[in-house]
Amino acid sequence: MTKKIDVDVSALLDKLVTDLTPLLAIDPIIIGIHTGGSWLAEILHQRLTINEACGSLDISFYRDDFSRIGLNPEVKASNIPQDISDRHILLIDDVLQTGRTVRAAMNEIFDYGRPASIRLCVLVERNGHELPIRADYCGITLDLRPDQQIKLTGPEKLSLMVGDLAAGDNQS
Amino acid sequence: MRQHLQYTNNGKLRHFLSIDGLKKETLEQILTTADKFTQFGQREIKKLPLLRGHTVVNLFFENSSRTRTTFEIAAKRLSADVINLNPTTSSTSKGETLLDTVNILEAMHTDLFIIRHAKSGVAELIARHVPDHVHIINAGDGQHAHPTQAMLDMFTIRQHKGPFNELRVAIVGDILHSRVARSQIHALNTLGAHEIRVIAPNSLLPSQIERLGVHVYNDLQQGLDSVDVVMMLRLQKERMHNAYIPGEQEYFNLYGLTTDRLAAAADDAIIMHPGPINRGLEISSEVADGPRSVILAQVTNGIAVRMAVMAMILGGEGNG
Repeated sequence: MTKKIDVDVSALLDKLVTDLTPLLAIDPIIIGIHTGGSWLAEILHQRLTINEACGSLDISFYRDDFSRIGLNPEVKASNIPQDISDRHILLIDDVLQTGRTVRAAMNEIFDYGRPASIRLCVLVERNGHELPIRADYCGITLDLRPDQQIKLTGPEKLSLMVGDLAAGDNQS
Repeated sequence: MRQHLQYTNNGKLRHFLSIDGLKKETLEQILTTADKFTQFGQREIKKLPLLRGHTVVNLFFENSSRTRTTFEIAAKRLSADVINLNPTTSSTSKGETLLDTVNILEAMHTDLFIIRHAKSGVAELIARHVPDHVHIINAGDGQHAHPTQAMLDMFTIRQHKGPFNELRVAIVGDILHSRVARSQIHALNTLGAHEIRVIAPNSLLPSQIERLGVHVYNDLQQGLDSVDVVMMLRLQKERMHNAYIPGEQEYFNLYGLTTDRLAAAADDAIIMHPGPINRGLEISSEVADGPRSVILAQVTNGIAVRMAVMAMILGGEGNG
């Protein structure tokens, strides 16, 4: 069962825009993780009025469970339009849970070059961490049961949905 | 039978032996996955971690430089360890020597064998012999099949010409000896090409080739009329001692692809060739190096397509 939870996504985005504004001083490159993170990256990119195009990552080729579950047939091409060497990266995802997606994303980023720094911004940070990875900027922190899954739906109208974990692997 | 051998019980690709027996979805997934891999060739670090810790053996009983090299590059871009072997075949006990070689390599915990052999059916023979965790890709067996070549051709066609159901495709030349042509015909049929033509003298056509769903032409110009894709084949000179053709000059005069003859094809038709090219025999240099030739794109695409096949075979073993 999946239901919409009572969180105002646009209020979370307002908070993130306020928190992220000081970062403009270091001229960051915004990179969203496909798919929810890419939607958020587009919005934040626009609200922060950054001119440089934002990038998107599909980390399917870097997942640590490839040898277990194989290739995702829906994998999209990653696209980082500029040279990231010595630049500050603002990495955006919808939900931080285990930290495995972010680890895969960082591995992929380093195959494009050596950034000066990477900061992590997520809409939701929830319990269930499995790696020493925490968000630098986060819209809301939620405490959920292990069998609950939270997901951002969109992109026309963004809302957060909470449901019971379906059979299969959740790697957020 | 072939389908059974090429898929696991869960329907995952296990071996890649021939296009015959593969589902349309599988071929489409190869093309889609390869599309994602094409971008990595332009990145600073041309490596993906997918096959880290896997060992791939290029077992080439028959010479080949480009196929072996592109398989090697593809495996290395996926972070696999690659070993190249060119064992010589003993003519007296070929079967025994072959499986012995495989047994020995398997004992070294290899995961994937890429096999080329001058005899038809060798890849399948080895696939029947190996245990479940070992995989086989056929890199060309005798006159039977060369499925990764056919898939890189399909990829190149889709890249330049779009959906298959609108395309007229002509395959020209030595169809009789060509494993490439057989695999191409199966792939074009499976992907739903609008029309497949084969153009050759009767002496270079297998009997009952029509049964594969192709239209046969003995005249090059008639066969090329309005086609969107011209796939040339190499005239296998080493097999021409049985007088399949009256002479090389006569062959070029009748079946060599020249700019003049190409005028019969659609204005935006593309020209393909699996290599190596016999210039002035099956194709003129002017056409091979001309603006409609996609021969070099085929070579580049071969890497991404082979990466896709290896990733699909070796990924998700825990479930397979």
